[in-house]
Amino acid sequence: MTSASDPHMAADDVLLSVEGVSLRFGGVKALSDVSFNIRKGEIRAIIGPNGAGKTSMLNCINGFYYPSEGRITFKGKTRRKMRPHEAARGGIARTFQNVALFKSMSTLDNIMAGRSLKMKANFFWQLFRYGPALREEVVHRRSVEEIIDFLQIPHIRRTPVGKLPYGLQKRVELGRALAMEPDLLLLDEPMAGMNLEEKEDMSRFILEVNQQFGTTIALIEHDIGVVMDLSDRVVVLEYGRKIADGTPQEVKSDPRVIDAYLGIPH
Amino acid sequence: MLYREAGQFKSTYASDMVVFRLKEDRAGLAVIILMAYALAFMGSDFLLQAVLIPFLVFALAAIGLNLLTGYAGQLSLGTGAFMGVGAYACYKLMTAFPDINVIVWILVSGFFSAAVGTLFGLPSLRIKGFYLAVATLAAQFFLQWCFIRIPWLVNYNVSGALDAPLRTLFGVPVVGATATPQTRYIVVLTLVIVLTWVASNLVRGRIGRMWIAVRDMDLAAELMGIRLLQTKLLAFAVSSYYCGVAGALMVFLWYGGAEYDVFNINQSFFILFMVIIGGLGSLIGSFFGAALIFIMPILLGIVLPIMLAPFGIAIGAETIEHLRFMIVGALIIFFLIVEPHGLARLWQIGKQKLLVWPFPY
Amino acid sequence: MDVLYKVLIEPFVFMGEAPDLLLQTLWEGLVSGVLYALIALGFVLIFKASGVFNFAQGIMVVFAALTLVGLYEKGVPALLALVLAGAVMLLLAFAVERIILRPLVNQPDIILFMATFGLTYLLIGLGELIFGGSPKEMITGALYLPQGTTELTLLGGPVRFQHLDIAAAIIASIIIAILAVFFSKTRIGRALRAVADSHKAALSVGISLNQIWVIVWFAAGIVALVAGIMWGARSGVSFSLQIIALKALPVLILGGFTSIPGAIIGGLIVGIGEKIGEFYWGPLLGGGIDTWLAYVIALLFLLYRPQGLFGERIIERI
Repeated sequence: MTSASDPHMAADDVLLSVEGVSLRFGGVKALSDVSFNIRKGEIRAIIGPNGAGKTSMLNCINGFYYPSEGRITFKGKTRRKMRPHEAARGGIARTFQNVALFKSMSTLDNIMAGRSLKMKANFFWQLFRYGPALREEVVHRRSVEEIIDFLQIPHIRRTPVGKLPYGLQKRVELGRALAMEPDLLLLDEPMAGMNLEEKEDMSRFILEVNQQFGTTIALIEHDIGVVMDLSDRVVVLEYGRKIADGTPQEVKSDPRVIDAYLGIPH
Repeated sequence: MLYREAGQFKSTYASDMVVFRLKEDRAGLAVIILMAYALAFMGSDFLLQAVLIPFLVFALAAIGLNLLTGYAGQLSLGTGAFMGVGAYACYKLMTAFPDINVIVWILVSGFFSAAVGTLFGLPSLRIKGFYLAVATLAAQFFLQWCFIRIPWLVNYNVSGALDAPLRTLFGVPVVGATATPQTRYIVVLTLVIVLTWVASNLVRGRIGRMWIAVRDMDLAAELMGIRLLQTKLLAFAVSSYYCGVAGALMVFLWYGGAEYDVFNINQSFFILFMVIIGGLGSLIGSFFGAALIFIMPILLGIVLPIMLAPFGIAIGAETIEHLRFMIVGALIIFFLIVEPHGLARLWQIGKQKLLVWPFPY
Repeated sequence: MDVLYKVLIEPFVFMGEAPDLLLQTLWEGLVSGVLYALIALGFVLIFKASGVFNFAQGIMVVFAALTLVGLYEKGVPALLALVLAGAVMLLLAFAVERIILRPLVNQPDIILFMATFGLTYLLIGLGELIFGGSPKEMITGALYLPQGTTELTLLGGPVRFQHLDIAAAIIASIIIAILAVFFSKTRIGRALRAVADSHKAALSVGISLNQIWVIVWFAAGIVALVAGIMWGARSGVSFSLQIIALKALPVLILGGFTSIPGAIIGGLIVGIGEKIGEFYWGPLLGGGIDTWLAYVIALLFLLYRPQGLFGERIIERI
């Protein structure tokens, strides 16, 4: 489905591959035998009707759930079990379907918290907030301010995020994920519940992140228009199975996808 | 017009990240600290011994619990017992090595309660909320049992109680029967100031953010690379350290000796109330809470009999004790309904109002 | 090796050698287990219907018993005092609903939990203020509760059964049975379960939350009154009973916060485990281990099964 001239063609370009992943909760099968890959530098969309297992898929990728079967290979390393914090250390960041910010903290602190992993000053210096601890705070504060500028939210810097409107919360959450400087960014419905203008802003940020920082992005989105515009390749899930995989054009014309979305009985 | 944010520009991130960004706040803090030291020389012995020293001790314990419950979100009902560990450790250390300064041992004894606290914090990985509260109750009752049953802890004293042997600092007695309230107050005040400053450093930096992250949304924190167990255990350790030091101060610089019973479950509850009423997740709130819960009953004991005397109603000490319980209980309910964020939030709102005064916003 | 022998072998040998003592210990554990279950039941009732973890349940037990005895001491006939104590619990239920629950509706669980702390202290202060702080005798005789002891020779030795304990076990069983029927068969019981599942859904089908709350707090108050009479008859009525009431927490952990059978089985495990542990292993540690054994049992159990005996496996979502 990809031509020889496709720059993403080379096999070592694969950042993450999912092979035969199944996920069971008791008797319920949330995912069955799903395989796909994500290439370095691309925007990969995961779409499907409600309950298709999209969020479960993301949860498997960053170690929140362990797949019952199958393998996930990230940066050439295959694993069966990985703790979420190990995934974060490996360079996977994400945002959540229902905003999962630290509500009582300010925007600034939320994004600073995203840099926890990058901060190294030991406990002793932290006690006195002196030397390396203070220098580190300043250095990271600077990069956080860059993210704040990039997302155009300097005015809410000190506002507790719990008080922000939904659209801005989503933006702060993106900022927090960006602060981790991830290799792979997982976005779970980044535009859910937004109006057209907010959607346009968010789309622009996603594209800029992808192009400026070269961050690979996997996103779940319901708005088909957005998906078609943003993504390089799309994987379609239905009832926990993969039913299509390819460029937006290919997927759009796939009869099974049309069935799934229009609800034609099988 | 004295209290304004306008015109105070910050040109470096470091100066933007200090605790008090306004010079008025910094000046206010300096005045309060100076006054606190001045009270050592101007206050009566009663004021120092019965009001200020216990207030500071409770404030320190409340800070300890606040770090754990307010910042890291782990409910603990074992504060009293952790304070006890500090007190007993301090007693063992200062009687085993009488030549080393007692201040050193007070600070070191905190490490023992930190170790015990960490041990009882281990279940926090698997259990949360109310369930964890029960785990800390296990700590409370088990440790209290240890205090009663292990005579080694009190050097086989027949009375089973901790006593305060004479210890000096620069030749001045600070622990023991001959230590004046003045000296003890200065020592306690200094330690509390230093430890409060350290706590504020911790909560403003990476560690504090990790604690709050775990409290607000533990799953998201974990997906951001924060290790839940380590973060929670660190909170248990630091919190218990503070409680341990507070316990040592309570026995040796306030009571001058104590029995196991001062570390009972009611002590744990009282400190929890201080934290709730003062404000979860606020250091200054710990001071407010300690002041309200501890000083209010003292005032009540003085004011009530005077108020009721004209009506010919004599009011006994016991009745005041009962009223104290009722009022504390009512205050908790009142504050939870009116301002779940405690006195600290009221303080913040007041300051905000003052910033824009005389305009409403 | 000697230590291991003393911990792992000797107690069991002792159990085998003197089965009558074992039976006696089991019986005592059973009775206190039933009473723990009764206290835990009060928690479960309130937790199921209002999602409030009612820390004050323990103090309600004391408060109810204190009211009963206090009224009797003031010259009210015993049975009338019993009815009046019930009325006081109803009054308390109304007050709690009006003053605490209604203003705090939709607050996080932890806030409501803390509010019940406040209630605890309020009730302690109020109880002591009205009835005095000194321990009281439960009016066992005036309430026609049986006294005395039957000694049976079982398994080669004398085993003593206090009549009061037998009565306690029977009355507690009856209360539990009534509640079980109430929950599963009556209209209010079904409404209660609906509220437990979802406040909003219950509201949308026209169930009055306020009414439900008053009912469950009253039911919990009555359960507390019964528990208070039974405990009071065994160990006097004073605020130190509060510590016993805290034992209901490990019971809840074992049984789960929402399960009535869980509360009963949890109560029995804690009651019997505690007595057996104290009798057979306590002396090795110098005695008195029943102050913390229940909590440690619950703690170890939690580490193994965080959702309790009857809870479902928790699947975390994000």
